[in-house]
Amino acid sequence: MNDNTAAPPDKKPVRRRKLELDPRLAAYTGVWVFVEHERGLVHPVSRELLGEGRKLADILGVELAGVVLAAPGDVARGFCDEAISYGADLCYLVEDPVLAEYRNQPYTAGMTGLVNAYQPEILLLGATTLGRDLAGSVATTLRTGLTADCTELNIDLENRSLAATRPTFGGSLLCTIVTRNYRPQMATVRPRVMAMPEPDTTRTGRIVEHSLGLVESDIATKLLEFIPDDRRDKANLPFADIIVAGGRGLKRPENFQMIWDLAKVLGAEVGATRPVVQAGWVSADRQVGQSGKTVRPNLYIAVGISGAIQHRVGMEASDVIVAVNEDPNAPIFDFATYGIVGNAIQIVPALTNAFRQHLTTARLAG
Amino acid sequence: MHTVVCIKQVPDSAQIRVHPVTNTIMRQGVPAIVNPYDLYALEEALRLKDRYGGRITVLCMGPPQAEAALRKALSFGADDAILLTDRAFAGADTLATSYALAAAIARIREDMPVDLVFAGKQTIDGDTAQVGPGIATRLGLQLLTYVSAVGEVDPENRRIIVQRRAEGGVQVLETALPCLITVLEGLNEMRFATMADMFRAARHPLTVWDREAAGIEDITKIGLKGSPTVVSKVFAPRPRTTRAELIEAQSGQPNDLADTLLAKLFTKHPQLGRQIVRRSS
Repeated sequence: MNDNTAAPPDKKPVRRRKLELDPRLAAYTGVWVFVEHERGLVHPVSRELLGEGRKLADILGVELAGVVLAAPGDVARGFCDEAISYGADLCYLVEDPVLAEYRNQPYTAGMTGLVNAYQPEILLLGATTLGRDLAGSVATTLRTGLTADCTELNIDLENRSLAATRPTFGGSLLCTIVTRNYRPQMATVRPRVMAMPEPDTTRTGRIVEHSLGLVESDIATKLLEFIPDDRRDKANLPFADIIVAGGRGLKRPENFQMIWDLAKVLGAEVGATRPVVQAGWVSADRQVGQSGKTVRPNLYIAVGISGAIQHRVGMEASDVIVAVNEDPNAPIFDFATYGIVGNAIQIVPALTNAFRQHLTTARLAG
Repeated sequence: MHTVVCIKQVPDSAQIRVHPVTNTIMRQGVPAIVNPYDLYALEEALRLKDRYGGRITVLCMGPPQAEAALRKALSFGADDAILLTDRAFAGADTLATSYALAAAIARIREDMPVDLVFAGKQTIDGDTAQVGPGIATRLGLQLLTYVSAVGEVDPENRRIIVQRRAEGGVQVLETALPCLITVLEGLNEMRFATMADMFRAARHPLTVWDREAAGIEDITKIGLKGSPTVVSKVFAPRPRTTRAELIEAQSGQPNDLADTLLAKLFTKHPQLGRQIVRRSS
């Protein structure tokens, strides 16, 4: 009863032998990426997955396919073209009016229908609310293995299996999970973990159409309304280029204001650690880490953050990490790019001033 | 209305430590708690019972000591508690777990039809969010995940309206009963159990089902055997290899430290420097 994670690793070392894949399994070939879209926009995680799927398909020597389930129209065709430009060789397209908005039942039917008809060996989805809802139902319908919320994907060449790595126990350990005797091998992957590939609009590929075979009266769930998030005050941490984040080292809630001040000068988003969110200094949508957001900015300034593993897993993919901490032995200095050992309450305002001056000068210089 | 609430007993992840040498979880002394997300599910079920009446059955799969999680649920006001426990369930992944729980719910509804199944959005130890969708799929229930608010229920016409968290907003969905709902944190606030409630819960009879009692005949569908996924490796996160370059200034003054850092950032990372300038203008 471990949800994939608590089983002990095999006690004996796994015998390394070349396995002949069961012909029933060998019939499954190709890597698929589900192209998630909502309100007419493709979710960025799908593009990241197409980049990652391209690598896996090349290692296996197979084709990469995008899967688009959508209402009929130019928009759906556009999603297919986009998938191809991001690396797919072909795109499976199920067009039907009942697929206009995401609902579990018709999307599960569309996806399982495609899998049964065209038999991919690997199926990847984003670990979003939509992707995880769909993946759980599809894997259960197909009676196959699904690994949730992965942060790394590899191919074990000995038996062509997908080795999916995910954090477990709050990020304190990683475990690699394989699905040896079932196909397709399914995984959901966290947004912003895989690198965003560059699209190539000169790429061409084919579109394979498939029908759904459902009508609206078959579907019990109806969408009454969609209430879009009010974006004005919402943190959009996963896609921020620069993040200034504060932790318990700031000591008092009023000191958190200096994080906002530095962020304002830099045009940055504000992030925080779990203890600070739990103490109510900032809202929960700003939490970075295992139980919060995974971020990948160009610059991450961590102030008064010790660098505990739960926080680290959410931000260590940042390009440049600057850490300000009073404790020279804080774990954050083990993986930050630059470190300043000192009192954050004095250093952060100095940084804000220095950036403000530098940027004013740079602007005047044009 | 008859509601089944699925709960799990989990180690309190905030108190888990990893052995520095062996990379194994040090479970000793780590308290077991009810998965926090499941308590929101239970409270939501209790609120529906307050509004519409009916019964609540809590279902928990786990080792015998998971009884404590069920007693806790009883103290808050659940009517019946079923512990699904059998060594044959050990090592189950999410597919095998959903098989066993779905079988148990099918067994429950032989005695009394089930209108609603509630669960937390995910557990804090597995974090997969897969068992809820798995149960719904197996039982043919309408599935509503990441629900942030439960609205009107119409027991006569067997309809329910909920709000569901989507990526760019909230979906307002209407569906048919029976359905399975997984709830987000924060959609309600758990009620308190009084001392009297706890005494009552401690004396409340508990139903314990093993594999056979739950009506499971096919042992290839449960436990390790019924699990397509295999854990092939457990390891500690790979450290980012380089230690931070420490910024120092002769004076040690904050202003000088800040200037030294900026000089580094803008000369060593020209692209980042340009980006910072562009954003601010």
